[in-house]
Amino acid sequence: MHAFTQLQGLAATIPGKNIDTDQIIPARFLKRSRTDPDYAKYLFHDLRFNESKLADPAFVLNQPAFSRTSILIADENFGCGSSREAAVYALEAYGIRAVIAPSFGDIFFNNCLKNGLLPIRLQQSEIDILSRPDADAENERMGSHQPISLFVDLYTCTIQHIQHNKPISFRIDPFWQECLLKGLDEIDLTLSYQTSIDAFEAKHLSAAPWLTHSHT
Amino acid sequence: MQNLTQKPLSLFEKIWARHVIVERAPGPSLLYIDRHIIHEGSFHAFAQLKERGLSVKNPKQIFGVADHYVPTTSRSPQDAVTQEVTEMILKFDENMRWSRANYFSLQDPRQGIVHVVGPEQGISLPGSTLTCSDSHTSTHGAFGAIAFGVGQSESCHILTTQSLWQTKPACTRIELQGRPAASVGGKDIILALIALLGSSGATGQAIEYCGSALQTLTIDDRLTMCNMTIEAGARFGIMAPDDTIFNYLHGRPFAPQQAQWDAAVNDWRKLYSDEDARYDRSLSIDVSALSPMVTWGTSPEQALPITDCVPEVRNGDASTVAAMQYMGVTPGQRLDQIKIDRVFIGSCTNARLSDLRNAANVLRGRKSSVPGMVVPGSMEVKRHAEAEGLDRVFIDAGLEWRDAGCSMCVGINGDLARPGERVASTSNRNFVGRQGPGVRTHLMSPAMAAAAAITGKLSDVRRLPKE
Repeated sequence: MHAFTQLQGLAATIPGKNIDTDQIIPARFLKRSRTDPDYAKYLFHDLRFNESKLADPAFVLNQPAFSRTSILIADENFGCGSSREAAVYALEAYGIRAVIAPSFGDIFFNNCLKNGLLPIRLQQSEIDILSRPDADAENERMGSHQPISLFVDLYTCTIQHIQHNKPISFRIDPFWQECLLKGLDEIDLTLSYQTSIDAFEAKHLSAAPWLTHSHT
Repeated sequence: MQNLTQKPLSLFEKIWARHVIVERAPGPSLLYIDRHIIHEGSFHAFAQLKERGLSVKNPKQIFGVADHYVPTTSRSPQDAVTQEVTEMILKFDENMRWSRANYFSLQDPRQGIVHVVGPEQGISLPGSTLTCSDSHTSTHGAFGAIAFGVGQSESCHILTTQSLWQTKPACTRIELQGRPAASVGGKDIILALIALLGSSGATGQAIEYCGSALQTLTIDDRLTMCNMTIEAGARFGIMAPDDTIFNYLHGRPFAPQQAQWDAAVNDWRKLYSDEDARYDRSLSIDVSALSPMVTWGTSPEQALPITDCVPEVRNGDASTVAAMQYMGVTPGQRLDQIKIDRVFIGSCTNARLSDLRNAANVLRGRKSSVPGMVVPGSMEVKRHAEAEGLDRVFIDAGLEWRDAGCSMCVGINGDLARPGERVASTSNRNFVGRQGPGVRTHLMSPAMAAAAAITGKLSDVRRLPKE
């Protein structure tokens, strides 16, 4: 897993509660290998492209200003539904490194942690502060949506709008914080407990021998 | 089990304690996984294993069954929707041979949807930990197991270590009182609960169901409830196992056999929550007050009694407006006036034998006014249904009778509705595009789907006109 330490990047807002993993990557793309060079195109595919495969200019990631988005700001229960890890693969392929939301789908949240993508839970009021557009008079006047620049620091567990002074703190289990900061491989970590696993297993399976019975 | 500290424990805590290999508090514990089920989407996990030169640690505790992509028109991988899918199923065959795990191939008479096959084969056992790379794994909690869905990286981790890092969840206790009225079952209760809790109302939590109503529910109803518990955001649904469960499991292939059976049941009888067990939240509902439920929107939380109308939009909520637009419904519209184009009876939520019986009882001697398919949850369910003549009821009504698989619930095997069509579906998700681009899904019980098939609109099965 690649490490996540600090990230300065542009953020786009994906509106709507309960954006499920079917929206993040439609089921028909799940059979594709992660090495598929088109993987980034599957992200939000049916929201981004119409039936003729033309990009919908209304969808935020299709707007030129958002082409370098690396952070998403989402609403409640982002990534709910199907356990498909491909939702995270698609975000990663597109270049998304962090997602901010008031709440996440449970399995999606875990899948992010296993792939070096940082899910950040914040209160809606904190998200509102972060989402204020950059103070750029011309953009304001033109009424256009512009990405906002955010700085995420996993060492200090803070996130801040680069034009605001005050960082906002977020919480993450120290275990996952360490895994992400070091890019720790979870399987390697677990295998370092092999003696404990073997000892536990020997006792456990002798109490429940049917768990290893053979059948044809 | 021995409760040495005498601290009152919940059912969930008792099972958890039995499986902790390494404790790190606060933070996740390394939990032993008794059994892990995988399906053909596991190619990512196998790719990770092979890339790293890892192997499957305990093949006898791993179970493979193809369900998500399989054709329901035959048992031949060659009949899959595309060549790419055929290759995927064949790749699964190859990976399963490589792993030496238990495998129910597409041609195996035990094949079916993972969450139907698990209980049926005695793979899902009280007091155990069970994982599967599918979000609806909470289903198996109805047997008194800690059962939860995992992603592909987690699946890879389990395959090679037979364990997983897990943080002990918050626990909500839901007491079900009363007796459900006729035509109200597990699907109606769980839809009502999801509407009450909200689709993120129990995120990451364990929900323990208890109360007098539970004993009156069939195993299939209990499985349906635990299955959809995750649609309220939870990771686990769990119910204390009782004699109904023990009797069901007796003699099942992967359950304890002969001499070990009595010892196992004695142990399982200790799987209940202590009287003073602590919960993070407790609530109670009277199931006797419930009516048959249907969803009107694009989230399972958007569910109401069939006697109701599409709700008003509160505070101009954009997500509600978007759901109504997608579904083509308007505030105040009577739910029982919404016309449907298709019916789907199937899925890990509602394709067990009693589900098919409930649908057949409504359809017997009548015709469906819309096209549709009935997809049994497993080939074993299919054989039992045919022995009872249920297949004839569905075929005579004009519906297709298929082979087992996930089919139109997840819509990746080619079983799809057409854009713009409205489906009365016994599945678990009414998400945008779930059953095909532009398809509108209404979730309901098998009896309610059968009623909708007859009238061509969402209908109260209790008020179906006599022929």
